[in-house]
Amino acid sequence: MIDVAGAEIAELAGRVRRREIRARDVTEAFLDRVARFDGALGCYLRVDAGGARRRADAVDAAAAAGRDPGVLAGVPIALKDIFVTAGVETTCASRILRGFVPPYESTASARLAAAGAVMLGKLNMDEFAMGSSNENSARGPVRNPWALDCVPGGSSGGSAAAVAAGLCAGAAGTDTGGSIRQPAALCGVVGIKPTYGRVSRYGVVAFASSLDHPGPLGRTVDDTAALLEVMAGHDPRDATSIPAPAGGYRAAAAAGAHGLGGVTIGVPDEYFQPGLDAEVEAAVRAALDELARAGATLVPVSLPHTQYAVATYYLICTAEASSNLARYDGVRHGHRADGARTLDELYARTRGEGFGAEVKRRIMLGTYVLRAGYYEAYYGKALRVRRKVAEDFAAVFARCDALVTPTSPVPAFRLGERTADPLQMYMADVLTVAPALAGVPALSQGCGFTRAGLPVGLQIIGRPLDEQTVFRVAGAYQARTDWHTRRPPLTAVPATPQGQP
Amino acid sequence: MSRITPQEVREIAALARIAFDDQEIARLTGELDAVLAYVATLREIDTTGVEPMTHAVPFDCPLRPDVPEAPLPAEDVLRNAPRRAAHFFEVPRMMSAPDDGGGSPGTS
Repeated sequence: MIDVAGAEIAELAGRVRRREIRARDVTEAFLDRVARFDGALGCYLRVDAGGARRRADAVDAAAAAGRDPGVLAGVPIALKDIFVTAGVETTCASRILRGFVPPYESTASARLAAAGAVMLGKLNMDEFAMGSSNENSARGPVRNPWALDCVPGGSSGGSAAAVAAGLCAGAAGTDTGGSIRQPAALCGVVGIKPTYGRVSRYGVVAFASSLDHPGPLGRTVDDTAALLEVMAGHDPRDATSIPAPAGGYRAAAAAGAHGLGGVTIGVPDEYFQPGLDAEVEAAVRAALDELARAGATLVPVSLPHTQYAVATYYLICTAEASSNLARYDGVRHGHRADGARTLDELYARTRGEGFGAEVKRRIMLGTYVLRAGYYEAYYGKALRVRRKVAEDFAAVFARCDALVTPTSPVPAFRLGERTADPLQMYMADVLTVAPALAGVPALSQGCGFTRAGLPVGLQIIGRPLDEQTVFRVAGAYQARTDWHTRRPPLTAVPATPQGQP
Repeated sequence: MSRITPQEVREIAALARIAFDDQEIARLTGELDAVLAYVATLREIDTTGVEPMTHAVPFDCPLRPDVPEAPLPAEDVLRNAPRRAAHFFEVPRMMSAPDDGGGSPGTS
């Protein structure tokens, strides 16, 4: 029996396809790990063991019948609870969606299932993807597998922690301002926010529509590339989906192992400013040296509007959120306040009871900045600065193939350390929001550990639609290092019975 | 120094349809004030003549053939409703009843 929790996705799927192992056995091994270890971490909001077994059996039946069970045959994955799943409760870790069982499936999760992946369950997150620490979940925080008193990052904290701990072979998350990359960095896994529009948003609960990027997280570069190859591609059900060819990510990552000759990497000065943790900086500088030894040419570049990206991001994302979250009103699904005598009272009390503090704060800010008389001063201004931020990237990509920076200015911080000050929490995104505003692809991978044993993340940013170069650089770095082979120690604490948000 | 008053926060809460108690209004006033002070740094940038950027990737709004497709079955959609009556979502009354002496829509 192979160590299924340590195997790469391509190996697992290959063995299932060749019928060397059964998808059902792989699924049981992962379900067993979740049952033994997730009590200490809190990654899963809901384990769909019955559904997972049925899906695994279907993969085995297809393989036995000589049909192609798909490139992800029998690969156990889990989904951030922002992807709607037909017949499986989807809450976005919010009280207001408690009990919502969607009648349809997101395109991204449907594509993963069609490729033979076995969905184990739904993962914890910051409520409606609003947060950078996973502490804004109505179901409680997720703990970082590398240090249980630290956060896993957010908002895809459950996704990153579950992948790091081997409680799924890969996961899907979403990144609006850093919500895949920052938790990937803090948990020492790989995560990519592809180009805006690469992966369909159909069936992904909307937070900020012009910024929401679904994408995969995996333990290795190849795992992440394999998942993205399945998730990416045009979807007529998402009007912002890009009708351009996608794929070739695994091959690009493999090509990186042969060196980075001819690749020019820009190093933006604005991403190495005071506030950057010294150990993080040292690890990232060492990674840059490694990329140079792999054959890349490093050049200093400037992205002068970087310092305005966080303010721009919070104006735009809150404005869009205030509109998107207007649909939660106690009428069609989820929580409904008792005893309201009028429709307005029903709306206000349902939303007051159902949303958590950060979600309410962002809806309030977004409502304020869209208000008549304030719109141009705040939202209009932010949309114009967004273009300046995007133009910074266009300018440097005229002479660079990729940019390399730290992902997060700090390693994982302690639970509760930043919850008192919303603004301080927003600054956790300072190095990830600008690529989100520009819509360019950006990946995080581990590039070392602090003396305290916490992972450090390296961010690789590419041109629009050029995920291949991002994967080539990531593949080159991984081929020359062994950080991705380290595993966190796990504490056996059985998962608690499923509660309600 | 205050960019936003508790009264304005109450007005925003009414627009956002969120019920808050007085303690929450006081806390939100301070928090929103701090965030608004922070985002005011954008005023340093000259954006004269810069077009607003509403989406990361320029795209033409695609059109599909205007052919009807099967919608979700009504029963699937209604199954999640907290309150329903036959094939309808049930809500409290939207207008005051005549015997309340009239009143504006949505008031109790």
